[in-house]
Amino acid sequence: MAVRSVRWTRFLLYAALVLLAAAYLLPLYMTIATSLKAPADIRLDTAWEFPRELFWESYAVAWERFAPQLRNSFILAVSATILSTVMGSMNGYVLSKWRFRGSEVIFPLILFGMFIPYQSILIPLFQFLRSTGLYGGLPGLVLVHTVYGLPITTLIFRNFYAQVPNELLESASLDGAGFFGIYGRVMLPLSVPGFVVTIIWQFTQIWNEFLWAVTLARPQAQPITVALANLAGGQAVQWNLPMAGSVLAAIPTVLVYIFLGRYFMRGLLAGSLKG
Amino acid sequence: MKSRQDRLIAIAMIAPSLVLLAVFVYGFIGQTLFVSMSDWGRGAALAVNPELSFVGLDNFRELFTGFLDVRFRQDLVNMLAFSVLFVGGCLVVGLLLATLLEQGVRGEGFFRTVFLFPMSLSFIVTGTIWRWMLQPRGGVNVLPTLVGLPRIEFAWLTSRDQVWQWNWQDVPVILGVLAALACVVMAGRWWLAGGRKRAVAAGALAAAALAWTFTAATEIEVLPFPEYHGFNLALAGVVVAAVWQMSGYTMALFLAGLRGIPDELREAARVDGCSWWQLYRYVELPLLKPIIWSAVIILGHIALKSFDLVFVMAGPDNAATSVPAVSMYLTAFRGNQFAKGAAIAVVLLALVSVLIVPYLVSTFRSRGAE
Amino acid sequence: MKARWSLLLVVGLVSVLLALPAAALAQATGEVEIFSWWAGDEGPALEAIIAEFEKRNPGVRINNATVTGGAGVNAKAVLKTRMLGGDPPGTFQVHAGQELIGTWVIARRMEDLSFLFEEQGWYDVFPAGLISLLSTEDGVWSVPVNIHRSNVLWYVPENLERWGVSVPRTWDEFLAIAPTLQAKGVIPLSLGENWTATHLWENVALAVLGPEKWQQLWTGELPFTAPEAVAVWDLFGQILQYTNADAASLSWQQATDMVVNGEAAFNVMGDWAAGYMSTTLGLEPGKGFGWAPSPGTEGIFMMLSDSFGLPVGSPNREGVLEWLRWIGSREAQDIFNPLKGSISPRLDSDLSKYGPYAQSAARDWKTNTIVGSLAHGVVANELFMNDFATAMEIFLATRNSQAAANAAQAIAIQSGIGR
Repeated sequence: MAVRSVRWTRFLLYAALVLLAAAYLLPLYMTIATSLKAPADIRLDTAWEFPRELFWESYAVAWERFAPQLRNSFILAVSATILSTVMGSMNGYVLSKWRFRGSEVIFPLILFGMFIPYQSILIPLFQFLRSTGLYGGLPGLVLVHTVYGLPITTLIFRNFYAQVPNELLESASLDGAGFFGIYGRVMLPLSVPGFVVTIIWQFTQIWNEFLWAVTLARPQAQPITVALANLAGGQAVQWNLPMAGSVLAAIPTVLVYIFLGRYFMRGLLAGSLKG
Repeated sequence: MKSRQDRLIAIAMIAPSLVLLAVFVYGFIGQTLFVSMSDWGRGAALAVNPELSFVGLDNFRELFTGFLDVRFRQDLVNMLAFSVLFVGGCLVVGLLLATLLEQGVRGEGFFRTVFLFPMSLSFIVTGTIWRWMLQPRGGVNVLPTLVGLPRIEFAWLTSRDQVWQWNWQDVPVILGVLAALACVVMAGRWWLAGGRKRAVAAGALAAAALAWTFTAATEIEVLPFPEYHGFNLALAGVVVAAVWQMSGYTMALFLAGLRGIPDELREAARVDGCSWWQLYRYVELPLLKPIIWSAVIILGHIALKSFDLVFVMAGPDNAATSVPAVSMYLTAFRGNQFAKGAAIAVVLLALVSVLIVPYLVSTFRSRGAE
Repeated sequence: MKARWSLLLVVGLVSVLLALPAAALAQATGEVEIFSWWAGDEGPALEAIIAEFEKRNPGVRINNATVTGGAGVNAKAVLKTRMLGGDPPGTFQVHAGQELIGTWVIARRMEDLSFLFEEQGWYDVFPAGLISLLSTEDGVWSVPVNIHRSNVLWYVPENLERWGVSVPRTWDEFLAIAPTLQAKGVIPLSLGENWTATHLWENVALAVLGPEKWQQLWTGELPFTAPEAVAVWDLFGQILQYTNADAASLSWQQATDMVVNGEAAFNVMGDWAAGYMSTTLGLEPGKGFGWAPSPGTEGIFMMLSDSFGLPVGSPNREGVLEWLRWIGSREAQDIFNPLKGSISPRLDSDLSKYGPYAQSAARDWKTNTIVGSLAHGVVANELFMNDFATAMEIFLATRNSQAAANAAQAIAIQSGIGR
């Protein structure tokens, strides 16, 4: 009796999981199926059918169309990620191991910067970039993403470095290591996972960002999100193209996620202040 | 051990970040406040150096009580409704997924990946995909026909139906009642915790709030005419897509929480003869409380800020699904009314701060105590 | 002796004058960015004159920067951020009328083009009424490329025959046949996203008010709260009952498609729909699709005109001027407009190059009463346009004509209509 009921609950459990997984994968199926159909075959009532003939051309067209924006996104995400990660690591080091008067107050003030709705700084930011001549180009966007990425990177590194025992630092400083010596000899070698978490987190965030991309980039510097939004928001949409474009835009972050998922999860958890 | 020179170096190393954040966060917020109290948007708004004059809180007054800013008020209602449904949906679905996966299933890694992968997409990609999924005469609506059922006839993103309507004129009364309720809850909790004095004070506050609500608040004329707002059914589509994307996040949080519960605790409960349900309800769920709380904060502020998803999924001009973050962009950067756009942004910031500031304060106060 | 000197002087002057454009032509090199919302299905006309321009000016490369979104709703936001950011495009598409004057000219963002109008003799070839829409006391601010008509009703003749209905000449006739169509499972009138609702509204308003009172709305002589203006909303509401429920999710092309597929009987849209149906869909005018003035507006031509201006600080000013010279020419306009579905504003345009729709539009343009469009930026400034969406929302949410009219009046006062 008990065995049977256990079997039944196991069956129900797996049935529920499989159904849920199917529901989560439906949009993915729809995206891929639609992206492989010829425009003429895309009809609302047959949207769920798998294409009878695979039409790869959408990807070729989407690639041709989106290559410059993908390149922009790539340059942007890589440079802003590196800058904000390096600065965040330094900040985290100082805030965890070189506390100074007021540093405990400053930390929450820094963190507040990652929660604000960015609309609330958009107009001044816009004016600032214009007056400094940085408006419209990738350098301006890199600056913006670096600065507003600082709170989260600082948070992740502070929480990470807080776990490094102070004894390690002390023995290094007895050996004569100063501020940079300790960082280079003790902290840096230990912080590889911290860097991975931060880099993954920042890369996905910046790759996926839209508000600044749409307000602060001129067409030549446009990231992929804006290009995709423009295409999908367009007229008499031929849905094969936006779907192929979505796949292209999603590939980098999905790959990161699949191969470095473990770290991605850690980044997520760090994002909730619980390091 | 730490030399004075090294301490100075430390401060010098963090200084650039601090200066940047001081300017880009606090300086710019200050400037937005200034713009929100100006009249930038009248006449030649797009001039190279527009002439601004100070108008005080006029823009805010217009937003909340102006005849023409009805869209902003509905946006606000949309945003709150979306936030509640989105956060609630993510919590429920995330908890369900985490609980299922916690039962020691085979292939857990696969399922986890499936539930979590939408997280790695941008809202733009999610919005594009779901916009196609929710076409009124295709996608999800024709799914039932695959198994012979009739087609769903719901206009996910464009329905104009509204439920739970209420009158904007009642806002002071509603706020008063809510404040009183909050005081009553606090009073009850303090009473139970033994803080009698505090409880009585909170009770008195509740009574005062109620008294104010039914005397003075009814006299406040917010609008000279009734104006009805409610929950737009068209938001359902946005909620579905957002929950699809973010429920994996809550699942991950809950999974981490459940894994953090020591096995001894479970063992002890089992020895005491707890059923699976009792264990879940009385041991595991209470331990997840702090996680639920921080998930509410994180998801809540994402919901209040949501811009990209609505923009690309429902379109910027779809009033049925519009939220303040979108109308700020349109008001300022398309309608040329920068002052009013700034005012919307300030309201948005205030709402997010109500959620975030207590959280930050409580987090760091308890950390300081540790 | 004296005569010889003056002759020399004249010859010298003339040659200098002749050399000027030539010199400009020689200088025009590099890249010229053209900012417009003519993407995708609306694109072929612009692409055709770009190709021809590049053939004639091998040194210049055109960067055709488009932002999709009908009637330019998205493009306008992008353009504004760029102009504000000090990154103006070479030249950009702007509707003649208040959209040009009320937004850009009063902000001193445009360069005066009177010299170009002078040089090219455009004062004589463009109708004076149109030039006045592009001008202030201080100058002329853009070059018009087309005339579109807003008040057109589209249908497929064959389908109407099959359903046994005829083209309604008034909205009353439409309301009379609409139930018949509905009974046959046909949507009487297809409608698209929000701005197309405003487009329909202006057609209804024109029908109810007539040309004189329509103009009076914009001079402030007729308040939006006047009984006849409130009646516009009443009729508009009645008509909306016969439109498709998923309107807000459709682009204007998709709404047009509904007529072409036989899902809907009629569609009210500007005559860029003619360009879409004949150029993009390859339908034969008069057979594949038919047209009539929108109900109750026979003899009235509600116009709008796309134009291109020269923003202050435009990169490659010489190249842009060369482009403007080209698009103002008869040749370019007679390539562009037949593809676009519009007519050339030039009085000397060669009508034989146009299809049957445009020829009929050109006839009407010469004989009809001309009024300006609201939805396309001719009669009201952008402040009004932006807020008018609110009045529309109030109406769509409440179906209360008086409330919508009150809102429209408040918006008119706030945005300075008639001042």
